[in-house]
Amino acid sequence: MAEASSTETLAFTPLHALHLRLGARMAPFAGYDMPIQYPTGVMTEHLHTREKCGLFDVSHMGQAILEGPNAAARLETLVPGDIVSLAVGRTRYTQFLTPDGGIIDDLMVTRLPGDPERLFIVCNAARKDVDFALLREKLPDLTLDVFEDRALIAVQGPKAVDVVEGLIPGVQSLVFMQGGDFEWRDSPVFVTRSGYTGEDGYEISLPASQAEPFAERLLSHPDCLPIGLGARDSLRLEAGLCLYGHDIDETTDPIEAALNWSISKRRRAEGGFPGAARIQKALAEGPARLRVGLTFEGRQPAREGVEIATLDGRVIGKITSGGFGPSLGAPCAMGYVAREFSAAGTEVVALVRGKALPARVAKTPFVPNRYFKG
Amino acid sequence: MATIRYTKDHEYIRVDGDIGTVGISDHAQHALGDVVFVELPDVGKTVAQGGEAAVVESVKAASEVYAPVAGEVIEVNSDLEGAPAKVNEDPLGDGWFMKIRIADAAQLDGLMDEAAYAEFLKALE
Repeated sequence: MAEASSTETLAFTPLHALHLRLGARMAPFAGYDMPIQYPTGVMTEHLHTREKCGLFDVSHMGQAILEGPNAAARLETLVPGDIVSLAVGRTRYTQFLTPDGGIIDDLMVTRLPGDPERLFIVCNAARKDVDFALLREKLPDLTLDVFEDRALIAVQGPKAVDVVEGLIPGVQSLVFMQGGDFEWRDSPVFVTRSGYTGEDGYEISLPASQAEPFAERLLSHPDCLPIGLGARDSLRLEAGLCLYGHDIDETTDPIEAALNWSISKRRRAEGGFPGAARIQKALAEGPARLRVGLTFEGRQPAREGVEIATLDGRVIGKITSGGFGPSLGAPCAMGYVAREFSAAGTEVVALVRGKALPARVAKTPFVPNRYFKG
Repeated sequence: MATIRYTKDHEYIRVDGDIGTVGISDHAQHALGDVVFVELPDVGKTVAQGGEAAVVESVKAASEVYAPVAGEVIEVNSDLEGAPAKVNEDPLGDGWFMKIRIADAAQLDGLMDEAAYAEFLKALE
């Protein structure tokens, strides 16, 4: 995700009126007027999500179905993820790539049942127009059905399974990165067990007209609070997950972004995706720089744009996301460093306003993931 | 009795003789959200009116705190190091940032008193 670049007319999600009623502080994000925080505040929202569960309006994100003969194989010409082997009802994380392997966007792909092949795509709000134009241009043989009139609601946290199961019976049988068709009040809803907080939880795609009553039912559960983009950012940072436009963009490839886990053995060997030569070379020889986590000795956060240096002051990289981790109880950050400094435990400094903050390269996630894998 | 003055950037200075205690207003702490770190100046530092005197960090962002008047920093609230949330809990009391020896008391005349600041906040709404 990335910030809106201008203050032109903002779009509203189907939950906009609800956010205002809940007293949210709103701000422009990717062209939408979005809730940054509710009166409870970022710290409480963050901790509540990890302890119980939270509702996130992610309706600004792009949702579409790509359909046609060999849709999976065709999509593989644009992304390095293994889509052909994706079973019906399974979700996979991958990236759209530029011809030289830069990341155009990151996305989730779920294979739906049916013949011809159907793939459900969820991508970032700030990039959805670029993504959909790319799909239409490069895969004209397939049909792209963009959902303009659907909401996307994430429910995240250890209580999410109880809260969502109470409204949509059956979702508890899903495991992490699995999805299926369900119903709520006779409306079709598509539910995946996924999210972007490091917690167990669901993302629920439903008709815009049902979004507000559904959200209100969720929020009537005492364990479920509304959560704004502020806490969404601190939650994903602690979970070590990339934010598009910050940690990844068209100047970073998936290998230096430490996303090589999202490229299967077959795809590494076969290539056949944009930038395959660069990516195969980076896999074989190691990238020049690598995305790493950073932890700090003190309480002072180091944020995006801060330079990372060796103990003797040589600049070796830059922070791309950083802040205070409420669950960690300490600052944490991620950024890129030259590969020779990328081993966990390497002592470095972050140059914040002329001061060298002692830091250490750390494994991510900063707090353990708690996905439900069955 | 100490008098309090506010800046348009939502700092306050509580004046007692030639010493002023500086912090951020209740409005400012509310707007910032949960404070997680305060970077305080070194004692002995000379600050200019409107010059950067401290940095307050919330979960979301870092914000500069400007000196309401010129002077020398004579004490900082080192309790904030371990308990930055005091800025949220008691901004006008335990959540103070620094004490400065006021160089020129006439600079206080350009600041807002309690009533004027209340009006200023109302106009922001």
